[in-house]
Amino acid sequence: MYIIVVGAGKVGWNLARELLEKDHEVTLIENDRRRYMTVEQELEHNVSYGDASELWVLERAGIQRADMVIAVTGDDEDNMLICQVAREKYLVDQIIARVNNPRNRQHFDLLGIKPSVSATDLILRLLEHEVPEYGLVHLLDLQEEQLEIIEMLLGKDSGVTGRRVGDLHMPEGSLLISVLRAGKGFVPTADTVLEEGDEVLAVLDPGKEDELKVLFGPDGDGGVTGG
Amino acid sequence: MFILIVGCGRVGSSVARAMLREGHTVSALDEDPESHARLEVGLEKSWEDLGGQFTVGAGLEAEALEAAGIDQADVFIASTDGDNTNIIIAQIAQRRYDVPTVIARVLDPLRAEWYARQGLQTVCPTRVAIDMLETAVRDSAGRGNG
Repeated sequence: MYIIVVGAGKVGWNLARELLEKDHEVTLIENDRRRYMTVEQELEHNVSYGDASELWVLERAGIQRADMVIAVTGDDEDNMLICQVAREKYLVDQIIARVNNPRNRQHFDLLGIKPSVSATDLILRLLEHEVPEYGLVHLLDLQEEQLEIIEMLLGKDSGVTGRRVGDLHMPEGSLLISVLRAGKGFVPTADTVLEEGDEVLAVLDPGKEDELKVLFGPDGDGGVTGG
Repeated sequence: MFILIVGCGRVGSSVARAMLREGHTVSALDEDPESHARLEVGLEKSWEDLGGQFTVGAGLEAEALEAAGIDQADVFIASTDGDNTNIIIAQIAQRRYDVPTVIARVLDPLRAEWYARQGLQTVCPTRVAIDMLETAVRDSAGRGNG
């Protein structure tokens, strides 16, 4: 594959090196002269100097025949513009954009730039996973499929411990898909009784997270009527 | 008309003053609080006393755009010093906030042309300078100085 990587910061440089080791053809574009000189000592002709948001710089790098463009500069506007131009002007099949500020992700989505990757988001997910106090962990976003998978740890104050799964009034558009207990996972049935320390996985429509959080939280009662 | 101008440099601030004088409602948004002073160059009263609005914030922040009144805007002008910023925030104004008239200043003629073909109104000062210089040279040659 021919891959253009824009931005020779830590991410871009390492990415380019890995891709070259996997025998891809790579051009790494960097617009800071000093950084370019540094990276060029190792990657030689695989690095190109210039501002990749200038169309002629992209054309000089051969964007017309690129299979993939990856924009990982430290500037979200640059990453959005480069990916938009790559896909819509040069008809590049595959684009990947880095989101520096997670609050800008909505703009990437608005302009149809996906997939977009945010290191901050990834670390936050990891943090949520490693620090159980958060209670509810967002595991996976299936954006195209309009589904999410989340994980909840049932603390001793959770309103649903000791309840039968069949008695829970799960919000419409959500489903319990598995329970992890004492290191083992199983698919719950209606008769499964939830216990403290269970890790519960649920699949749900986007936006149902908060409802579920309340239901499974300290003040929730699992929607069981009559207590 | 309600005119929102993002980027209050020489261009943005001059357009803002001119539009305010013509009786429009003008709101200016800039990251740099100091740029407020540029709005008041040559004014006899303060920008606010004359009815202008000024908000500190980045054009990419939804909160800042909304505080500056993008929901009521009839015209959106992106005139920051970054071409890519202007192109991106102009598209946000178009697609997310449905602003009827959106104009982006783009210094790079290649990007300005391509985005114009995609339906974004762009103003390219570099293109204007190129055309003027070419015309000046041709006129000079035509007068027999070449």
